Amino acid sequence: MAAAVVACGAGTHHTSESQMPLKKALSAASPLTLRIVAECSVTKARACDLILPHSAVSTPVFMPVGTQGTLKGITVDQLEGLGCQICLGNTYHLGMRPGPDLITKANGLHGFMNWGRNLLTDSGGFQMVSLVELSEVTEEGVKFKSPYDDKEILLSPEKSISIQNSLGSDIMMQLDDVVSSTVTGPRVEEAMHRSIRWLDRCIAANKNPNKQNLFAIIQGGLNADLRKACLDEMTRRDVPGFAIGGLSGGEEKDDFWRMVTLSTDHLPREKPRYLMGVGYAVDLVVCVALGCDMFDCVFPTRTARFGSALVPWGSLQVKHKQYAKDFQPIDPDCQCPTCKRHTRAYLHALFKSDTAAMHHITIHNIAYQLTLMRSVRQSIVEDRLPEFIRTFMKRMFPSRDQYPGWAVDALASVNVTVE
Amino acid sequence: MKLELARVVRGTGRLGVLRGLGRTAQHSLEVPGCLLYTHLGAVPHLTQDTLHTLSSLPSVTQVTLSNIAEHQEVLEEFKDGFRKFAGLHDTLLYCSLHDSAAPCPTGYTTNKTVSVWGSGGRIELTVAKFMALQKAVQPDWYQSMADGETWQNNTSRKRVRKSVDRTLAHLDECLLAHQNSQELEGVEVFGVVEGGDIPEERVRSARETAKRPVAGFCLDGLQTGSMDQALRTQLIAAVTKELPEEKPRLLQGVGRPDEVLACVEVGVDLFESFFPFQVTERGCALCFSFNISLDPERAVLELNEDERDTAGETQHNGDVSLDDQTRMTSFEMNLKDKRYHDDFRPLVEGCGCYCCKNHQRAYLHHLLVTNELLAGVLLTIHNTAHYQGFFSALREAVAGDKLDILRRRVLRERKE
Repeated sequence: MAAAVVACGAGTHHTSESQMPLKKALSAASPLTLRIVAECSVTKARACDLILPHSAVSTPVFMPVGTQGTLKGITVDQLEGLGCQICLGNTYHLGMRPGPDLITKANGLHGFMNWGRNLLTDSGGFQMVSLVELSEVTEEGVKFKSPYDDKEILLSPEKSISIQNSLGSDIMMQLDDVVSSTVTGPRVEEAMHRSIRWLDRCIAANKNPNKQNLFAIIQGGLNADLRKACLDEMTRRDVPGFAIGGLSGGEEKDDFWRMVTLSTDHLPREKPRYLMGVGYAVDLVVCVALGCDMFDCVFPTRTARFGSALVPWGSLQVKHKQYAKDFQPIDPDCQCPTCKRHTRAYLHALFKSDTAAMHHITIHNIAYQLTLMRSVRQSIVEDRLPEFIRTFMKRMFPSRDQYPGWAVDALASVNVTVE
Repeated sequence: MKLELARVVRGTGRLGVLRGLGRTAQHSLEVPGCLLYTHLGAVPHLTQDTLHTLSSLPSVTQVTLSNIAEHQEVLEEFKDGFRKFAGLHDTLLYCSLHDSAAPCPTGYTTNKTVSVWGSGGRIELTVAKFMALQKAVQPDWYQSMADGETWQNNTSRKRVRKSVDRTLAHLDECLLAHQNSQELEGVEVFGVVEGGDIPEERVRSARETAKRPVAGFCLDGLQTGSMDQALRTQLIAAVTKELPEEKPRLLQGVGRPDEVLACVEVGVDLFESFFPFQVTERGCALCFSFNISLDPERAVLELNEDERDTAGETQHNGDVSLDDQTRMTSFEMNLKDKRYHDDFRPLVEGCGCYCCKNHQRAYLHHLLVTNELLAGVLLTIHNTAHYQGFFSALREAVAGDKLDILRRRVLRERKE
């Protein structure tokens, strides 16, 4: 069993960094264990240790997105150095290029990118809908045309799991029938029911249940009844974790948070809750209070490449003229490699000369997100999350009347007032 | 600065150490050697973490006015010099005029000005502005302002002569301003030798420049693509004959390993390292061998083979025109090629760089095919390490009088 814990995932260069006592690891039949370290006495927030095959992950956690088996210009050493314990890869992209066969030969995605910590792969479902012009959803799966060679491809639950089995990720997502959160009507219900059926097919198709954790994705759009129905059904399945899907797609924030809190109300306490696609600082903090443990978003890394640096008071557009002679670091309180060595003025100038400028901001933004999550976790452990939230909001917004209404409501719903 | 020569081979190839570098005169640089090529102080694609995966870096960082000129105001307000502005610790700074990997339009030099191209367009430099920039940059040493626009194909004799005259005039003006400037105390100046492809003008430029109180010499207008190596060798030999032995010679615009070897033999001490950057930008990895520490028997066998095989091959790379600078050379492998799709070997077997220790050709191929930024990072690390390794081997070869063996080794390797 010990051998399975250390050798699984096939990272060739790194040994397991599990902090869990070996005895507990030995007794874990599943490749995922959630240890609840602290629960907030006011909100629904929790701080947990999520034990996965490659290492332990402290939650709440933000997972940076490394779409094509790389985190946009950052080496795995740099990522490790920032304290990242888990990041994402995309099944759609990697399934197209370089393809599952090559990755199998390379010892899985861990071996291919040489990342020794944890990986989560999504199913490819979201990209089907968001990236592909003409995709057709049937009970079989999603049919679409490859953008690289025009061949027609069917992404079925079985195919998605097969690719993810080849990738060897520590957490895999079921293929869900993804419908935009702005769609209403019968399509939403159809998608919800189909997602349940596809979950069962995914569970059946998983060749590595002892090494790879398959998460279900709760759907139901913005309809409370549909969500509830989905929750009731999916929680009957014995999956190691649940994701809250179908949100973070342009819907009204007022609807968004209500669906999040409804979901966490009905998800089992002892399994992790992963809110997909959420990454703005305010959203992260609020949704932790609503009971979510895991988050991912391309926003921090994508916006970095446009020169936008994330800071506790919002963001800083490094490429703007006003920073040309600003000789402070991006955030004087930040301990990341970029802020310890460089000024806004230098980065502003560097953007005109070299891609390294993007990398500096990317590193800073990842550091910002991870540090934020670490502080949130610490405040839960010390049972002072409401105070943390109040301080956070004060720093982020110039005045009380600029606090987003939805966030105030959402926090109030878990007994946090932000005066 | 002072060049301490340890050896001279074939009468002109030199081995030594450049000492007393920097304002504190405490740094040194081995020659033959190269400077660290940067864009505004950053080795392309690299942050400090990725840069410091490289164990042996040149002690001198090169920056160019073509990158810096547009930031003059910022630097003047900053006051503490470019090194501090860029967060560079522990390195010396050499400031050149142009970026050898970014050829710029011609036809804008005048008797009193030269132009550089920043991100916002052309910036015209008089000697006064040039010197103001040096005061704002505060390098450890810089090349004086020069007119090197003589590399195009039909540059007239008259134009070449003008470039020599102008460059000398700029040098005198620079030196005057330099001597009168407190901010530049302790900073050294290199004179620039011009002369196009005309031997008499080259000699004239060399002789005249040598009369001025400069710390060393830049050889300009000889860049890859401007002339064939035979002519370049001839011109450099003629030039170095006129230059004092104890002052270093820096050759601009030449970086290909075969050309570097040839130029070392005729007395060049320092080179720029833009070549690994160019290799990176075309998605290639340097892979030529420079390991000559073979056992003597094998060495003899190889020499005999080489004489048969390489007879025609010294022409292989040929002499490329300036337009072909981006074309792949035989010193590198093209990682975009399909053959690397499932090649799980490191880029170069035995290379100790971060890229070769942690990643495989198949991964680099994937990063290039998918246009991922990490490709540039990893390739820069490898190509820089490989190039540094080459210079280290070059110094060893000069020390042991084995330049011939090294040259054969470097030229015989072809990508598989």
